[in-house]
Amino acid sequence: MNLAITVTVNGRVHQQEVEPRLLLVYYLRETLGLTGTHVGCDTTSCGACTVLMNGQAVKSCTVLAVQADGSEIRTVEGLAQDGALHPIQEGFWEEHGLQCGFCTPGMMLSALQLLSRNPDPTDAQIRHALDGNLCRCTGYQHIVNSVRYAARKLREQNR
Amino acid sequence: MIPAAFDYHRPATVDEALKLLVDLPDAKVLAGGHSLLPMMKLRLVTPTHLIDLGRVPGLRDIRLDGGAVAIGAMATHWAVESADVVGRSAPLLAETAARVGDVQVRNVGTIGGNLAHADPAADYPAAMLALDAELVAQSPRGRRTIAAADFFTGLFATALTSDELLVEIRIPVQRGGGAYLKFPHPASGFAVVGVAAIAGVSGGTVERVRVGITGVGPAAYRSGAVEGALAGGPATPEAVGAAAEHAADGVDVNEDIFAPAEYRAHLARVFTRRALLAAFERSR
Repeated sequence: MNLAITVTVNGRVHQQEVEPRLLLVYYLRETLGLTGTHVGCDTTSCGACTVLMNGQAVKSCTVLAVQADGSEIRTVEGLAQDGALHPIQEGFWEEHGLQCGFCTPGMMLSALQLLSRNPDPTDAQIRHALDGNLCRCTGYQHIVNSVRYAARKLREQNR
Repeated sequence: MIPAAFDYHRPATVDEALKLLVDLPDAKVLAGGHSLLPMMKLRLVTPTHLIDLGRVPGLRDIRLDGGAVAIGAMATHWAVESADVVGRSAPLLAETAARVGDVQVRNVGTIGGNLAHADPAADYPAAMLALDAELVAQSPRGRRTIAAADFFTGLFATALTSDELLVEIRIPVQRGGGAYLKFPHPASGFAVVGVAAIAGVSGGTVERVRVGITGVGPAAYRSGAVEGALAGGPATPEAVGAAAEHAADGVDVNEDIFAPAEYRAHLARVFTRRALLAAFERSR
């Protein structure tokens, strides 16, 4: 039996009828066409499918769309505003925080949660916050540099 | 991977959830879903009904109640890890919560779901045993309290009956220093061995000691042998080292491709010694 859900994704309200077993990541990718959120391991390990649900980073391959009913979701498509890259995206650009790019959307959303909880993290805190995101291009040092860049930029903006 | 089809229920109260649990054969309770959904995706379980507790009010509260920290079963690991009252009154539990899974898992996974699932490599059970936790179960017949020592009955098995929900976890305010140390599996992060220790010293002798061990046996256990070897004696590193040698005594030690039983028992002894030393250090 399908269920009606209302989910706000990147500020836009969506109403759909979905099958209860539909996973949030497939709702985003296939129902809404937002394919920036990737399916990696599909086993709650790699973090490629990370999105923010009510401000908290979650692995959307392990959340049912019906559990997200009534929530606010932010995906990588919601980072840039009015054509301008988000400071986190800018950080990954400037510091070469990606090679193949597959893990990048999840990395950036985990970074966004970190910087909302802690605007001035140490390198160790950045690494701890990215514990749930795997990069197979061995780009971790550049990813840490990218997040540090974004933290500095965001602090300057908010000064 | 897609779970098999099921009907989804979203009760608004605990009573409604309990009625569904009784009425629906082959129903599973959905808490955070971070153990259940992966198993459903692999079709290791194929429930025909899911009862989602996500919208039941009150089940996520964390508060000081009398001499105990009362934690709603639906509190997430992150909520437990970051709650001031847990950090102040049960710091061992906050330390343990911070070691569960990863950041995203801790945002969604719940303490009640974790305990009811009773994975033999889960982190919380060790802390529950060391902290003398009480687990509150509710059924249409009423509420009852289960001591942590009676709760974990075997591999993925608990003392909960089929009509009961775990609704609250009560942790007596921590007395003594505490520490949770684990040897995480390098891929999964689950505890190959995890040891939670509580220790208190009075006048140079051990006045209080609790050791909960996870990952080693089919279910987490309190090590009476280690505790007995230390209680009332001197709190010296030598005494701790000698007591820790008993950490796997009488246990049917788990074995897998990563850690043979002998190695796992060795890790249990090493991590028991380290956890106790850290707990004694923090008790000063």
